[in-house]
Amino acid sequence: MAQETTYYKPEDLKKFGNIGEFEPDLAKKFFDYYGAVFADGALSAKEKSLIALAVAHVVQCPYCIDAYTADSLEKGVTEEQMWEAIHVGAAIRGGASLVHSVQALNKVKELSI
Amino acid sequence: MKSLLARGSELSSSSEQLKILTDVSEKKSLPLFETKLEGSGLAPFLPTRIEILQVNVGKLCNQTCKHCHVDAGPDRKEIMSQETMRQCLDVLTGSEIPVLDITGGAPEMNPNFRWFVEEASGLGRKVLVRCNLTILLAGEKFRDLPEFFAANRVEIVSSLPYFQKRRTDAQRGEGVFDKSVEALRRLNSVGYGIPGSGLVLNLVYNPAGAFLPGGQSTLEGDFKKELKSQFGVDFNSLFTITNMPISRFLEYLIESGNLEEYMEKLVSSYNPAAAVGVMCRNTLSVGWDGNLYDCDFNQMLDLPVAGTVRTIGDFHLASLEKRKIRLHQHCYGCTAGSGSSCGGAIA
Ligand code: SF4
Ligand code: SF4
Repeated sequence: MAQETTYYKPEDLKKFGNIGEFEPDLAKKFFDYYGAVFADGALSAKEKSLIALAVAHVVQCPYCIDAYTADSLEKGVTEEQMWEAIHVGAAIRGGASLVHSVQALNKVKELSI
Repeated sequence: MKSLLARGSELSSSSEQLKILTDVSEKKSLPLFETKLEGSGLAPFLPTRIEILQVNVGKLCNQTCKHCHVDAGPDRKEIMSQETMRQCLDVLTGSEIPVLDITGGAPEMNPNFRWFVEEASGLGRKVLVRCNLTILLAGEKFRDLPEFFAANRVEIVSSLPYFQKRRTDAQRGEGVFDKSVEALRRLNSVGYGIPGSGLVLNLVYNPAGAFLPGGQSTLEGDFKKELKSQFGVDFNSLFTITNMPISRFLEYLIESGNLEEYMEKLVSSYNPAAAVGVMCRNTLSVGWDGNLYDCDFNQMLDLPVAGTVRTIGDFHLASLEKRKIRLHQHCYGCTAGSGSSCGGAIA
């Protein structure tokens, strides 16, 4: 029931390809690009899957989290590797907040006697 | 854990399993596998040539893995008789089938196993044994198996779901990983998997859950690196195999709520290039009682070969090579992604 009352529905992930219904040319360009990005290259497809998993957590996309958790498992990634990647994302996200506190620090100093 | 049969589970009935696969296909509007093959220009689906005689010498096993498509275990008593083995050997003698692939259960637990291997290897055929590794540590009686295998130039194929304990033990039972590593060391010590020895040891990777196997060569690289650096273990090749939605893996899929999605995944990953090379096209499977099947999966689902020749005793190459392969929805397991056969990925 909970699932029905949320905006994100797990089964919608399978409909991703349908976004081409109204703008097929752009959708095709996107999916071609997407496919090329995730192919083996200077980075392996497995490394890319881990990066995607970390980014999925940073952008908090439930679809990407589902997709790249499954993809990581398929690619033989260990749980330790998956969670290290997630922590890398979390650390950057946390660090990105904290590094802005330098601005607060500057402002405190500017306003204080 | 006990077998489905010993637990009196409904799933121990093959017709119940087939009904579940049909029901889920109807509910999710999944196309029939046969229709899919037609669309790929592969109907009627016929064998190419029989190159492998795969003999299941019994359902008795020292393990009860969660993904077992045989529903094998210590409580299963079905065992091939020496007479049926003799009929298999006669077929090899009277034909040019180059490979004998011995499977089970744990085939080594059949009392006539060693005799069967020696006779077949004496015929100059390649003999393959699907060894679950832990059997090598199951008691005095099995201790010298590595030497026995080496003396008969047997090729070994062993399941090791993952290079880490957690996933392997979750799938195959507590303690299986450590024992498997110990068994691999013993096999290495007589030359198996060591370059230049000519003694072949291949490993099989099964996903530990409701997902498909990834790229075979990448996984092989990972397995080689990890097994060597962590345990000093060597092997030849890694075969990636998809878990079939039947028997105990079907039970897992139902209980974990993954069945519908798994079937949808198999169907959406259908690969015509893999369909061309599925193993039923070059394999004939013999059940413990001598009955003939297109593959080990059809054997477990009680789908015997089509045609008039039904048992190994009545073997007739020409008519068997003309048979139509029996298909059902589980066949999607062989054609998903890179495909899956006893020798790993196909396409
Ligand atoms: S998968 Fe193999 S080792 Fe495991 S129970 Fe089945 S036959 Fe035995
Ligand atoms: S399950 Fe058996 S019959 Fe079906 S495609 Fe696979 S090997 Fe062939």
